Amino acid sequence: MSAHSHVDGQLPHEPEKATLEGRNKVLGFWLFLGGETVLFGTLFAAYLALRNQVGDGNPTSQELFDLVLVGVATFILLTSSLTSVFAIQAMHKNQVKSMLIWLAVTVLLGLGFLGLEIYEFVHYVHEGHGFTTSAFSSSFYTLVGFHGGHVAFGVIWITILIFQVLKKGLNVVTAPKIYVAGMYWHFIDVVWVFIFTVVYLMGKVG
Amino acid sequence: MAHGHTVKRYSGLMDWLTTVDHKKIGILYLIAGGFFFLVGGLEAILIRLQLWKPLNDFVSPDTYNELLTMHGTTMIFLAAMPLLFALMNAIVPLQIGARDVAFPFVNALGFWTFFFGGVLLNVSWFAGGAPDAGWTSYVPLATNTYSQNHGVDFYVLGLQIAGIGTLVGGINFLVTIINMRAPGMSFMRMPMFTWTAFITSALILFAFPALTVGLVALMFDRLFSANFFEVSNGGNAVLWEHIFWIFGHPEVYILILPAFGIISEVISTFSRKRLFGYSSMVFATVLIGFLGFMVWAHHMFTAGLGPIANALFSIATMLIAVPTGIKIFNWLFTMWGGSIRFTTANLFAIGFVPTFVMGGVTGVMLAAAPADFQYHDSYFVVAHFHYVIVGGLVLGIFSGLHYWWPKMFGRMLSEGLGKLTFWTFYIGFHMTFFLQHFLGLLGMPRRVYTYQDGLDFNLMNLISTIGAILMGIGTIFFLINIVVTSVKPKNAPADPWEDGRTLEWAIPSPAPEYNFLQTPLVRGYDALWKEKMDGNKGMTPAEPIGPIHMPSPSILPFVMSVGLFITGFGLMYSKYIIAGAGLLITFACMFLRSIFDDHGFHIEPEELKDKGVKA
Repeated sequence: MSAHSHVDGQLPHEPEKATLEGRNKVLGFWLFLGGETVLFGTLFAAYLALRNQVGDGNPTSQELFDLVLVGVATFILLTSSLTSVFAIQAMHKNQVKSMLIWLAVTVLLGLGFLGLEIYEFVHYVHEGHGFTTSAFSSSFYTLVGFHGGHVAFGVIWITILIFQVLKKGLNVVTAPKIYVAGMYWHFIDVVWVFIFTVVYLMGKVG
Repeated sequence: MAHGHTVKRYSGLMDWLTTVDHKKIGILYLIAGGFFFLVGGLEAILIRLQLWKPLNDFVSPDTYNELLTMHGTTMIFLAAMPLLFALMNAIVPLQIGARDVAFPFVNALGFWTFFFGGVLLNVSWFAGGAPDAGWTSYVPLATNTYSQNHGVDFYVLGLQIAGIGTLVGGINFLVTIINMRAPGMSFMRMPMFTWTAFITSALILFAFPALTVGLVALMFDRLFSANFFEVSNGGNAVLWEHIFWIFGHPEVYILILPAFGIISEVISTFSRKRLFGYSSMVFATVLIGFLGFMVWAHHMFTAGLGPIANALFSIATMLIAVPTGIKIFNWLFTMWGGSIRFTTANLFAIGFVPTFVMGGVTGVMLAAAPADFQYHDSYFVVAHFHYVIVGGLVLGIFSGLHYWWPKMFGRMLSEGLGKLTFWTFYIGFHMTFFLQHFLGLLGMPRRVYTYQDGLDFNLMNLISTIGAILMGIGTIFFLINIVVTSVKPKNAPADPWEDGRTLEWAIPSPAPEYNFLQTPLVRGYDALWKEKMDGNKGMTPAEPIGPIHMPSPSILPFVMSVGLFITGFGLMYSKYIIAGAGLLITFACMFLRSIFDDHGFHIEPEELKDKGVKA
C-alpha cells in the first residue's frame, strides 16, 4: 500500500483510513492520547493535593483568578475545536481550500488563546504568584503550563501541516496527518474543559 | 526493479545506527540490555562483597548508597525491560505473521531514547556521583536539601528520556498486535507470548506517563525550586510515594507478564502438548494487568494511610494470587502427561515455576497489612522481590533467550554450556536469596551498608555472598556460550526444536528481512502445529508471491535521541542554551520526518528467487 494507489485524483471517502499506514497512525494516536490522559490525570491529582497550600501572605486562587479573562480564553479554545471539525469535514468532502482555511482559523484561535494565557501568567507573577511561591503555585503553573505547551506544539504542528498540504496536496499520506492533528486538538480542548472546571471554577468557589 | 524506489542501504555500523528492522532492533535491545544487566550485576556483587562480613569497609557508606540505587534502577529500567523488549521485537511480529511492526521508525526511536537515557544515567558515575536515594527516589531524601550533588538529577533526566522510549515502544506493539495480524490470526488464536506482550504494552501505556509526571515534578523541585515536595512551602512528601507507586506497581507486572508468556511457550513446546487452559491463561493475564493498577498503596502500608485504605489495598493485592495461581496450575497441567524434554530453555522454565510460587507466597504474606509492619524495610522484602524478579523474570528471559536464540541468530546455543549456566545460576540464586527471608525475619534492615557482629547475621550473609558470586559465574557461562556459538556455522533449521508450534518456526532461521515471503493463512491456535498435525509441510499462504514493501532506514531516531541526551546535560548544569540546542535538534528531526515522506522500497520477487529463499 503506498501513496500511488490513488494518484488519479479520486480520493477515497475517508482518506485517513485508506491505507494500513493511515489506520495504524489513527489507532496509535488514540492510544497515545490514552497515555496523555494519564499524564494530565496525574498532573490534576498533584494539583488537587496541593491547591490549598498557598502559604502565608501569598495570593489565594480566589484573589487571583479572573473568570472573565479565563471565560474568553475558554470560548476561544472551544471555538477552535469547532473550526477544526469544519476542517476535517472539508477534508472528507475533498475540499482542500476550505480545509486549509479552517485549519488556519484554528491556528489563529490557538494563538489567541496562548496570548491570553501568557498575559494571565505575567499578570499573576506581578501579583506575587510566581512559580516558586508555594506548592499551589508550582502545581498550578505545571498543570496549566503543560496544557499551554501542548497548545503551542499543536499550533506549530498544524501550521507545518498547512504548508505540507499546500506543497503536496491532500492524499492518503497527508490526510492521516491532518486527522490525527485534529484528534490532538480536540484532546487539548477536553483537557482545558477540565482545567476550567477543576482549577478555575473550583478555585473561585472553594 | 520495475517500480522500486532507490533507497540508500547502509552496511556495517551505519546499518545498525539507521536500522528500522524490528529483528535488528531486537538485537540492539539485547546487546544494550545485556550490557546494563552486566553493569547492574557487577553492582550487586559489589554490594554482596560489602556485606559478606559484619562491619566491613570494602566500600564507603556513600558509595554503598550509590551502588544500591544504581543496581535497582539499572536492573529494572535498563536491563529487565530492554531484554523483554528484545524478545518482543524479535518474536512478536513473527508470531502474528506480520512483515513488520506498525511503526518501524518509532520502534527505532524507542530503542535509541532508551539507550541514551540509560547512558545519561550511568554517566553520573563519572560526573560527581551517582544517584543515591534508592531506586524509588523517595522525597525528602531526593530533594536538594538532602541530596546536593547531581546524582538525583541524572536519575530524573535519564529516566524521563528512557521512559519516552518505553512508552512509544509500548504503543508500537499495541498497534502492531491489533492491526497487523495475519489472516485467520484472531485474538483467541494468538500465542501466549504475544498476548502477554500485548497486555504489558497496555500497562506501559497507562503506567509510564504517571512516572513522567513524578519525575518532572521532582526535576522542577530540584532544578527550578518548585515546591511539589518541599514540605516547608506546602509540598507533600506522600504525594511522591503515590505517584511513584501508581507507576511502580504496574511496572512489576509489565516485567513479569512477558516472562509468563515465555514460560507458557517453552513449557508447551517441550511437553509436546497444547498449552493447558489457554483461554483461562488469557483471562488471567488480562485480570492481572487490571488488578495491577489497583494495588499500589500496598507499598505504603506503613505510610499511615489508615486502616480502611490498608484493608482495601490488602484485599486487592491478595486477589492477584488467584489469576496467578490459575497460571501456575495451567503450567503444571501442561506438563502433566506430556513427553517432556529437558532442554536448557525448559530447565529454566521448569525451574521458574516453584521459584515463582515461593515469591508469590511471600507476596501474599506481605499483602497482609498488619504483618507488613513487621516485614517492612527488612531483608524479607528484598528476598520477596528478588524471588519474583530474578526467580521469575530473569529465569524467564534466560529461558526465552535459549529458546529463540536460533530464530534470532541462526545458531543453536550449546546445550552443555546452557545446562551449566542453569545449574550454577539457579543454585546461586537460591543460595543468595532464600536465607535473606530469615535475615529479614531476624530484623536485618535493608538498604543499610553494614551490620553489627553478634546478631546471628554473619553466616547467612556469607552464604548469600557466595551465592551471588555463583550467579555471576552462571552469567559468565552464558557469555562463554554466546562467544562459542557465534563462531559456529549458521546452520539452524527453520524449526530447530522440531516441536515448534507457532508461526515463527515456519520461516527460516534467522528470519529474513521481510519475515514472511507470503503472508500465512492461520487456521487455528498453535498455527504451525495444526498444519503439522494435518500432514501439511508448512503454512498455507494467504497471498501470491509479489513485491514486498519495506520501510527505509533512517538516522533520525538516533539523532533525535542524541538531542534529548544533550538537553538532559544542559538542564542539569543550568546551561539553558545547550538544553535549548538539544531540544532544537530533536524538534528539527521531527520536522524533517514530517515533511519528507518515507516511500520505502520494494523487494521484488525476482530478487527473492535469486537468493534462493524457500517459500
